[in-house]
Parts: sequence; C-alpha cells; structure tokens
Amino acid sequence: MLYKSFVDSFSDYIIDRNEDKCILCRICERQCSYEAHGFDKKNSVMTKQDHKCICCRRCEAMCPTGAISIRENPSQFKRNSNWTASHRKNIYKQAETGGILLVGMGNPTGKQPTYFDRMLLDASQVTNPSIDPLREPMELRTYLGRKPDRLEFEEKDGRVSLKTKLTPQLKLEYPIMFSAMSYGAINYNVHVGMARASQKMGIYYNTGEGGLHKSLYPYGANTIVQVASGRFGVNAEYLNVAGGIEIKIGQGAKPGIGGHLPGEKVNEEVSRTRMIPAGTDALSPAPHHDIYSIEDLRQLIYALKEATDYKNPVSVKIAAVHNSAAIASGIVRAGADILTLDGYRGGTGAAPLVTRNNVGIPIELALASVDQRLRDEGIRNHVSIVVGGGIRSSADVVKAIALGADAVYIGTATLVSVGCTLCRMCFTGKCPWGIATNDQSLSKRINPDIAEEKLSNLIRGWGLEIKEIIGGMGLNALESMRGSRHRLRGVGLSESELDILGIAPAGK
Amino acid sequence: MFYEKDISGCGLSGFIDKSKKRVSGEEIIKSIALQHDRGNGLGGGFAAYGIYPEFKDYYAFHIMYDNMNALATTEELLHKDLLVKHYEKIPVRRTLKIPTHPILRRYFVKAKPSEEEYELLDIESLDEDDFIVRLVMRINSEVKGAFVFSSGKNMGAFKGVGFPEDVADFFKLDEYHGYIWTAHNRFPTNTPGWWGGAHPFTLLDWSIVHNGEVSSYGINKRYLEMFGYKCTLFTDTEVVTYILDLLIRKHKLSKELACKVLSSAFWKDIDNMDDIDQKVNTALRMVYGSALLNGPFAILFAYKNGLIGLNDRVKLRPLIVGYKGDRVYMSSEESAIRIIEPDLDTVFAPKAGEPVIVEFEAEA
Repeated sequence: MLYKSFVDSFSDYIIDRNEDKCILCRICERQCSYEAHGFDKKNSVMTKQDHKCICCRRCEAMCPTGAISIRENPSQFKRNSNWTASHRKNIYKQAETGGILLVGMGNPTGKQPTYFDRMLLDASQVTNPSIDPLREPMELRTYLGRKPDRLEFEEKDGRVSLKTKLTPQLKLEYPIMFSAMSYGAINYNVHVGMARASQKMGIYYNTGEGGLHKSLYPYGANTIVQVASGRFGVNAEYLNVAGGIEIKIGQGAKPGIGGHLPGEKVNEEVSRTRMIPAGTDALSPAPHHDIYSIEDLRQLIYALKEATDYKNPVSVKIAAVHNSAAIASGIVRAGADILTLDGYRGGTGAAPLVTRNNVGIPIELALASVDQRLRDEGIRNHVSIVVGGGIRSSADVVKAIALGADAVYIGTATLVSVGCTLCRMCFTGKCPWGIATNDQSLSKRINPDIAEEKLSNLIRGWGLEIKEIIGGMGLNALESMRGSRHRLRGVGLSESELDILGIAPAGK
Repeated sequence: MFYEKDISGCGLSGFIDKSKKRVSGEEIIKSIALQHDRGNGLGGGFAAYGIYPEFKDYYAFHIMYDNMNALATTEELLHKDLLVKHYEKIPVRRTLKIPTHPILRRYFVKAKPSEEEYELLDIESLDEDDFIVRLVMRINSEVKGAFVFSSGKNMGAFKGVGFPEDVADFFKLDEYHGYIWTAHNRFPTNTPGWWGGAHPFTLLDWSIVHNGEVSSYGINKRYLEMFGYKCTLFTDTEVVTYILDLLIRKHKLSKELACKVLSSAFWKDIDNMDDIDQKVNTALRMVYGSALLNGPFAILFAYKNGLIGLNDRVKLRPLIVGYKGDRVYMSSEESAIRIIEPDLDTVFAPKAGEPVIVEFEAEA
C-alpha cells in the first residue's frame, strides 16, 4: 500500500526544463505558488517536483528563455475503461483523508453531450438578403426585467405618450454579463476589472455572494448584488447602491448545496466585506433558512423590493435541475423580474466532486423547457431569462438566445480572458495566475487596468461576432433572434432531444 | 412546429378612394398585370372593400374546399355556430389559364354562439369578433381540406394559383365594385401550388399583401401562440396578419404605433428623441420586440377604414406612393401606378419604417 500521500506518489504532469536554455534566473521558482520549482544553491541548479505541478503553465509563460514546457505524464495507470484512472485516484485520495473531494471549475469529463455543439445556425441566401453589420445598424441592446403583456398610451395635445408604468429594467448594450463570482473566491483586482469593464461596455457584473467592497460602490449602476443563503455582506446600502438584485437559490456546479469559501481565502478585506471573522470558512447553508417554500421566496423577493423602493429588478437564480420548468413558473408567479438558470457544466471555485459531476442537467435542455413552459402558460413576457453554465463562445451566446434566453452570464470565460488556464485548483487559494486567490503578492498578478481592457475586449469581440451571425441571418435586431428556434438545426440528436430543444434536425 | 418557408419575391399594388367612391376591379387588374414579371404564375390574389353593400353587416366567409367531405364538415360547423343569412358558390369564369380550382363557396353570416359557447365567451370577456376569429382558426387548423380565406364584413379576398390577371378573370373581378383594392403577384420558390398560400392573407376585415420574407418568423410565431393564434398556413405572411390583429384589435394600439412595432425605430434614433417619444419607442421595443417583423418587406395592409403601406426598417423592398385627388395609390413600381393614373399630383418613395396611413375622410 501507499505509505505516503497519493499526490506525493504519482505525478500527473512532467516539467520539462531545457537545461541549454535555462539561465538560472529562478523566475519559475518565484512564480510557482505550488513550489514545484526549486533551486539547489549548493550545486547551482534548478530542481523540480513534478508531483506538485498542477499544469497551470504559469512558469512556462513567464520563463524568459522559453526553457520550460509542461506535459502530461505518459506513465498512467493501466488502462481500464470502467475503472478509469480518475476513479482510482479519487479512491486513493479519499482513503487517505476520509473527506469529501473538493474540485474547482466546471466538470471537465465531457461525458455528457454539449448540446451547443450539436446545434447549427442558419444564414440567408438570395430570397432574403443578409445584412452587413459593417454597413448597416445591427442592434444588440437588451432590457432585462418584467414586461407587461400590453402597453397603453394616451394622447395629450396631439402627442402620444406612454401611459403604462413599466417596472425597473436593466439596460444591456450586449446580451452578456459577468456572472456571479464572489469577492473572496476571486480577488479584489478581478472585481475592479469586472466593475469597470461593465461600466465601460454598458453591461452588468454580478457580485456573487461575497458582498460588495465599498470602493466599488461607484460602479453600482452596473452591478447586480447577490443575496445568497449565507447573506454575506448583505445590508441596505449594498442593496440600494446596485442596479439589480439576485437571490441565489442554487448554482449549476453544485445544485442543492451552498457556497463554500475556505477560511484560507478570508483575509481582512474579505472579512470586512462579508461581515464575518477573518480566517473562518464561509459556508452558506444549503437552503435559505427563511425559504422553505415558494411563498417564502415571494416574501424575500418583495422584502428586497421594499428595501430598495421598487427601483431594482429582482432576479432569482436556480440551478438547472430535472424539474426546472415547473420551478421557473413558480418563481415568475412569485414576482421575480429575472430568472437566472445555471447549467450543469457551470463553474465554481469549490464544490464537492460528486455533486459537480453528477447533479443537474445541461443548460440547453433546461432553457428550452423553461422557455416553452412559460410560453405555454402565457407568462414568458413577465420575466427575462438569463442563462449561464457552459457559455464558451459567441456562438454559444447566439444559440442560447435562439433557444429563448434574453441574455447570458459568463463566468469561466470571464476568468479565462484575464489569464485563467483552467487548472481547476481554485479552492486552494494559491492561484498562480492571481485570480482565485487573496494572497497579497499573488493578487498583484492581476492588474485591474489590464483586466478591464481584456474583459472589455472579450465583450466587444463577442459582440462583433454576434452581429456577423445575426446579420448573416438577415436580422438587424437581437430581439428577432430571441426564441427564434427555427434558425437552429440539430445534428446527431435523438428525436426526444430535438423535441425538448424545440428544433428540427439539420436537412429538414 | 415545422413549416415550409414561403420564400417569395413579389409585386404588389393597391389604392384607396378616400371619398368611398366604388370602382370596378378593372383598374387594379391593369396595375398588377403590368408587374407580370414580378411573379411566376404560382400565386395571385386581390382584396376588395365595399363589394358587398347588400350584406354589409354580415361577415363574408370565403371558403375553399378540397373535397365535398370537407365542405360537409365545415357547413355543419357553420350552421351550428353561425346565423347564415345567405350562401352561394363564388361565381367564376371558366378560363384556360386556370385549369383547375378548389370548391369555392361564400357565406354571409353572424355569430350565433350556443349557450355553452356564449358562457365561455362571457367568461373570457370576448366579443363577436373574437368568436369569429376562433371559428376561423378552428376550421383552418382542424378541418382537413377546408380553408377560410376571407372573413370580413363588406370585403372579400380572391386568390389562387396563377398569374393575378388570370385569377382576376377567373373570379370575374371586373364585375365587383370597391373603394379599396389591393393585389398581389407572387414568385414563390418552393410552393406546393396551394390556393390558400396565395396572398392576400386576411382575418376579419384585415387583409395583407406582402412582398418579403419574415426572417423573424420563428419568434413571431411563438409570440403569437402565447395569445392563442395558430399559424396554420405554413407561410410567414400569416404572422403579419395576426400581429396586426393582436396589436390593433386586441391591444388597442393605434395604427401608427402598430407600424412602429412591425418596423421599429433604431436605438440610435430613439436615443436622440425627446423624452416622450423615447419612452414610447423604448417601451414598444421592450414589450413588443418579439413582434418586430425583421427581414425585407413591403406590405399593404387594408382594413375597413383605410389602407396602410409600410416598409421594413431598412427598406429592402420597393414601395411607391402616389396621390391624385381622392385617390392614393401604393405599389411596388411607379409604372404600375402610372398605367392607371398617368397624371399624379405627387409621387414618392416612403422612407424605411415610415408608414403611409390613409383613412376615409368621414365615416359614412
């Protein structure tokens, strides 16, 4: 049996250092927060511990001479399709600790289909002209919030004006928002980047459940503040400074359980913002302890509306689960202005592996069934649908909108744009890229100015691509794409999947 | 849920006499015949208003049947739910150009809901028009081989497979007299050659002739379904008719505002409007975005009180308007107006998304 820990016994990755290129500058050693690199002073050589490498590729990127490359260890457990290597590794680890296995980011196994990849988009040919976004207006503006079924107008002195009083709406110049990632799970500098980029691009970012640092209050108009079961950092000022409020019921990566922030990440500033003691684990309860039924949810929705004088729309976020459609209907009728659905492939800073890999359903199916259910009940207008959990590209955005989403949340894509390489070790607090860490020196690896620029670039770039795609379909406003499922076709899907998605197979 | 897209290019023409002077169908036939090359002989049709003065208080149902079975089933429904004042074969002229046609009948009717139905209507606070709409939807979606292609008062649609001048000849339109006429010449690229697929599309006294393709059909249809409209024809023009019915008849929007929904202002222009207009246009787009008619189109939309011409928001299809005395002409081509009225007072091309609305001067 193993007499030292599993992770010390086997290496998943191998650090290749080209000694001819290495100049012994020791940058790799300083950059690696996992101490995989070392320096042997006596012999004046660089050392390495392959088993500590998490394949974040920070050292590779920083090495001034390109001496380092990280590769997968070709030496693997004997192949077994049923008892995969990961099953065995997990058992070894659990046998050591007797605990729950924690993981970071979304499920990487790819064992379930990604329906976005099984759907293809339409384009115009001859009979209706495609529209060129370089030459014609192409509109992406989106309003999130409850809409009435009909409008009333009145005429006074020969002028027609709006009589219906609309409830508050969030105005988005792009149908994309930075999704809920709490201050604490990711650090202050990333939050500054998201806040500024949101303001610059006319979109919103979501604080996640960790409260809002006071210095970010000036960006409140582009901020959605979250109220989760832990109620971290929730106070009247927090609610009122924001543009919108989100009640977090569930998260796609871990439906049924609450948020976990390990105490290692709770420093002074995080502690102040969350209103909890420094160094303590911030464990949100699985349910809200004041919500044990849909009517309780209604009370919280209206309590938040009351607290903000009905000037902020209230979103309710749920994880995509088997019965999402019926739950969604209840949430709309309970008074939510925005319904946020978070899919099975969604990311997380920390979640139990067993939950992340096994609970929930893909966002495409949940979205399709929720949108159709709300239409069947004639209440689709009463709510805006925002989806997250698996949006990787502008094509995914367009497909989600065609299925019926009003806008999307991007979490993982947000972090990747500021350098995350998906090494999936967020829960350790040692993020070498300076994102999922509050360590003072690691955090400095994110420059808020550059983060703002990269995040804005991502939104702009996706926006341009969305315009190309909808223009190619002969549309010049995103609302004509929204819910327009006949511009989608399925490839390699079963009849029941096509039926749930509400799309025809390609060729038909 | 799947449909054969009605991909078509077309020609259209129409005019209104604001003094309600009725004229024979000869003029409109001449105008649409000039645009012969805009169609391919697979669909032509007309709508005429003021043609049934003797039955002006009755809904005039024009129905086409594939077979006698469909006729019998439908008539059973009609006699059960409607008071049928008069019915007859739609008079036709045998012509070589129209070698075959469906069974054609017209009925002048009033609603006669059964006690049970009356109670249901009352519960949902619906009126006679709603009752008629439901019946039309029901026949069109449930009775195989029957299709109501006209259901308004003192107006009628006449349409079929063929060039419009031949369809007119077939229906003897030269013998009808009306104060609004619209016409359509169709160039479908994948039509099954079905008579019901030709324009105009009508519901109650709304009639639409449409040159265009509704690129937003998918969401327009799903939006309408929320309000109980069933899109049955497997073509896209139908949604235009239903959207107008929903906005104008059910939601009581003015014609101008309804046009602003179909062909909405751009945000860049809305942002520069004054506060009142900004609120109006922003709200229209927020609430009725799913009814925006995206894609190229020129439509003529006729109803009991007038005629409207409208282009899509970037004007991807032609539409010309000409004025002469009490007459206002609207057409795909100026030549098609000039051939019936060479001496126009004014002629212009309406701007993208700006409706031309012409109503009768005073209600008689």
